[in-house]
Amino acid sequence: MKQDLIYFLPELIVSITVLFLFLLDCFIGKRSRRIFPVIAFIGIAAMMLANKSSSPLPSARFFSDMMVFDHVSVLFKYIFGLAGLIAIVIANGSHELEKVDKANYFTLLTALVLGMMLLANAHHFLMIYLSLEMVSLLSYILTGSLQGSRRSSEASLKYVIYGGVASGIMAYGISILYGLTGSMTLTGVAEFLRMNAVSKTALYTSVLMIMAGFGFKVASVPFHMWCPDVYEGAPTPFTAFLSVGPKAAGFAVLLRFFFGALSQTTTSGIEPIKIIGLPALLGGLSIATMTLGNLAALQQKSMKRLLAYSSIAHAGYMLLALVALNAEAVTGVIFYLSVYLLMNLGAFLVLIIVGDQLGSEDISVFQGLSKRGPFAALLSIVMTVFMFSLTGIPPMAGFIGKFYLFGSVIKSGHYTLAVIGMLNSVVSLYYYIRVVKIMYFDEPVDGRNLTTPMVSHASTVFALALLTIYLGLFWNGLANIVGQAKLF
Amino acid sequence: MFPYLSFMTFFPLAGALLIALTPKGKDNLVRWIALLTTLPLLVAAVKIFCLFDRSLSTMQFVEGPYPWISTFNIEYFMGIDGLSVSMILLTALVSTVAVLASWGIQKSVKSYFALLLLLFSGMFGVFSALDFFLFYVFWEVMLLPMYFLIGIWGGPRREYAAIKFFLYTLLGSVLMLLVMLSFYFYSEGHTFNLLLLADQAKQLGPFTSTAFRHACWLGLFICFAIKVPVFPFHTWLPDAHVEAPTAISVILAAVLLKMGVYGIMRICFPLFPDASIYFSGMIAALGMINIVYGALCAMAQKDFKKLIAYSSVSHMGFCLLGMSSMTAEGFNGTVLQMFNHGTITAMLFLLVGVVYDRAHHREINGFGGMATIMPRYSAITTFAFFAALGLPGLSGFVSEVLCFMGGFKNYPIYTIISVSGVVLTAAYMLWAFQRVFLGAVNEKYKDFDDINMREVVTLVPFMIIVLIAGVYPKIALDLFNSTMTALSHAMGTLPVAGL
Repeated sequence: MKQDLIYFLPELIVSITVLFLFLLDCFIGKRSRRIFPVIAFIGIAAMMLANKSSSPLPSARFFSDMMVFDHVSVLFKYIFGLAGLIAIVIANGSHELEKVDKANYFTLLTALVLGMMLLANAHHFLMIYLSLEMVSLLSYILTGSLQGSRRSSEASLKYVIYGGVASGIMAYGISILYGLTGSMTLTGVAEFLRMNAVSKTALYTSVLMIMAGFGFKVASVPFHMWCPDVYEGAPTPFTAFLSVGPKAAGFAVLLRFFFGALSQTTTSGIEPIKIIGLPALLGGLSIATMTLGNLAALQQKSMKRLLAYSSIAHAGYMLLALVALNAEAVTGVIFYLSVYLLMNLGAFLVLIIVGDQLGSEDISVFQGLSKRGPFAALLSIVMTVFMFSLTGIPPMAGFIGKFYLFGSVIKSGHYTLAVIGMLNSVVSLYYYIRVVKIMYFDEPVDGRNLTTPMVSHASTVFALALLTIYLGLFWNGLANIVGQAKLF
Repeated sequence: MFPYLSFMTFFPLAGALLIALTPKGKDNLVRWIALLTTLPLLVAAVKIFCLFDRSLSTMQFVEGPYPWISTFNIEYFMGIDGLSVSMILLTALVSTVAVLASWGIQKSVKSYFALLLLLFSGMFGVFSALDFFLFYVFWEVMLLPMYFLIGIWGGPRREYAAIKFFLYTLLGSVLMLLVMLSFYFYSEGHTFNLLLLADQAKQLGPFTSTAFRHACWLGLFICFAIKVPVFPFHTWLPDAHVEAPTAISVILAAVLLKMGVYGIMRICFPLFPDASIYFSGMIAALGMINIVYGALCAMAQKDFKKLIAYSSVSHMGFCLLGMSSMTAEGFNGTVLQMFNHGTITAMLFLLVGVVYDRAHHREINGFGGMATIMPRYSAITTFAFFAALGLPGLSGFVSEVLCFMGGFKNYPIYTIISVSGVVLTAAYMLWAFQRVFLGAVNEKYKDFDDINMREVVTLVPFMIIVLIAGVYPKIALDLFNSTMTALSHAMGTLPVAGL
């Protein structure tokens, strides 16, 4: 048990932070609310340090097989931690969240990070279900955190209903899987499937049902419908986090599920189980997801909805790598999530800076942005970097991400899927570049200049842009870290 | 040895950064920085021209391979052979001229020249990269400045033209990316090194299957064909050319189109010799279509610039016809035609720019009698037009003949039809000349100034080269003859004669 706590140290630190914040809320007056983001920031930063010190430990299962510690979970904790830190910086000082109670917002945000960490470690279906629910519930609340805003409440309600249905279906799927295999742990299921024959239909049904829950988290077709509405209704700083954090957590659990329960290690490496056609299922889902996301994004007028559909498309690209179900796929997905985190949070942060000052979240707010003063000119360059990176054009990091994803697909020999995926990224150019186009080619509608925002926002957005370019040119370091990713 | 290639690739980038740091409003300073950045490139190009060993068919001025991304075995590997050296020389010349031709740009001068220099970096990079990944990165890096240069400084339909150019090229490059990844995963020792890949291309995993090789060849070919542009992928070109500012049209025609042909000869041919031979009939047929169709389209144009854009389509067809032969003379013809088209079309676009700057329109029928108003201008135009239509004694003639000689060996019928393109070219060129320069003087334009000193300076170097390469083509041919002979040996001879 004591040994187990070493593996659990990062989670423990975040848990303590959350509890401390809850208690603090009772004792501290309205005036000193500024302390909350600071403590949350310190807590998450401490978690990342603890995570770093625990990374040399060998893989292990702990808490009676409920959880697993391996290099993948370490990497995901970095991703969640980074997303959490940036989300705190973004939320702190955003005009949209001025009226929101800081104590609630930052406490719940920290708790959400904890939920994601638990999800990435889960090895037992019960644990998976519980942590997935934890992430979902906190997301519902934070989506609706703009009290008095109808859009925010509506988004929250939609989110609850979709989430409720999805998790119900997933719970049912888990129960079928348990009935089939008699095991609730991922490796237990794999073990049983390797030794025994099971009904193909039943297994397929249960996998589909479980995918409902995971698909809901990563916003893949056909469980994506909540995504544009929730992204639009939620306060933008939270939307930014929602588009990377919970999505990454969803992919963590997807990786664990497919590699833990539905694959087996053979002499030639990891292979998906042969009983059901997993590549066909995932390939179909992935193509549908990215195509729908990209085509729908072409029509959007709201920048938040555009980024929502684009995030659906990116989920599609990452699902495509899962089709390969090889070691490269794990590396590819984690690498992609890391760079996606940088570029997507960056794009959202630009939207927040511009939206806060010009008072709109439509794409039209970017009209002639490059001509709204010196800071706006710099910000336009930064936004251009993020847009081209999201499209996947070198020398931005997004290209390297795609390079990894499509590399794993090519390696597994699914050429048709790779071609369709690539054509999709050509389609995506059209809507990303539309933003660039109106920033540079159009004239601003009024004479307002953009003033320099608070230092934390400005420095974060520039740091993200520089990292996006740097990782596009020198990604050896990140590749080395991610390349060690080993599941279980 | 001095790293000429890295210098030429990254010096413009340094210039672009310097321009970005200059204070606002110092437009003339920016222009001079840009010019002073390109002049050393020209010097380096002259130096390369002198030092280049004509007898070797292997890579020279090699830098690397140095490890860049060791986890993926990506290397920084530059080098040039006869094929690339001619393009490097052309690029250096065109870059300098493009800066001079941009002197009159008034709108956001700083951004314009910074982007222009960034574009130069990409162009030199593409022609010197010997690592597939590096090649791809440079190939794509060029798209970004080009998009803005057309989209911000272009004509009325610039936004449409810019996005069309970008989408077409990106569509091609994602296909290249897929083939590149396949090579990486199936090559021995996982490499992107183009020279190593050429050695082992046939023995790699799925590459042992003919169908797979053919599919990959087609993917690469489409990517490069879009850039050439080969019919039916040519529709972006007239739009981009018409909307782009003069200097950018010059670069597009003189350098960017060459990248398509360069890519086919640098990557498609050495990596897939058998597939290239298998599809050579198709290349010849496409070349024929380009020549005839491009010429017919040019004849129908009312816009001066569009006419020249279509003449580019037609002239690039000669390159395809020449390379389809897989013979040394055909290859030599192709490379020489690339070089000649680069110089001649650059002149043509500059000349259109001259008249556009004065009249602010390009309607061919809207002029008339310009020869009386601008005698010097019309003299230079006559020279350029005759070079373009292949007058013996000027450079275009030599390369066209070489391409026909190559093509005729294996594809006599395609070649015979293509020869009609020469007649058609003469027709549209002379007809356009007649409408613009001869006939009654258009009163509206009778007090136009003749061509000025700066404009002449941009044109004279091209005129000299066109004349020298026409009278004594050996200077140019010597540069790449041994490389092309080696390439044709590597390709083997065509097993059966086609159409």
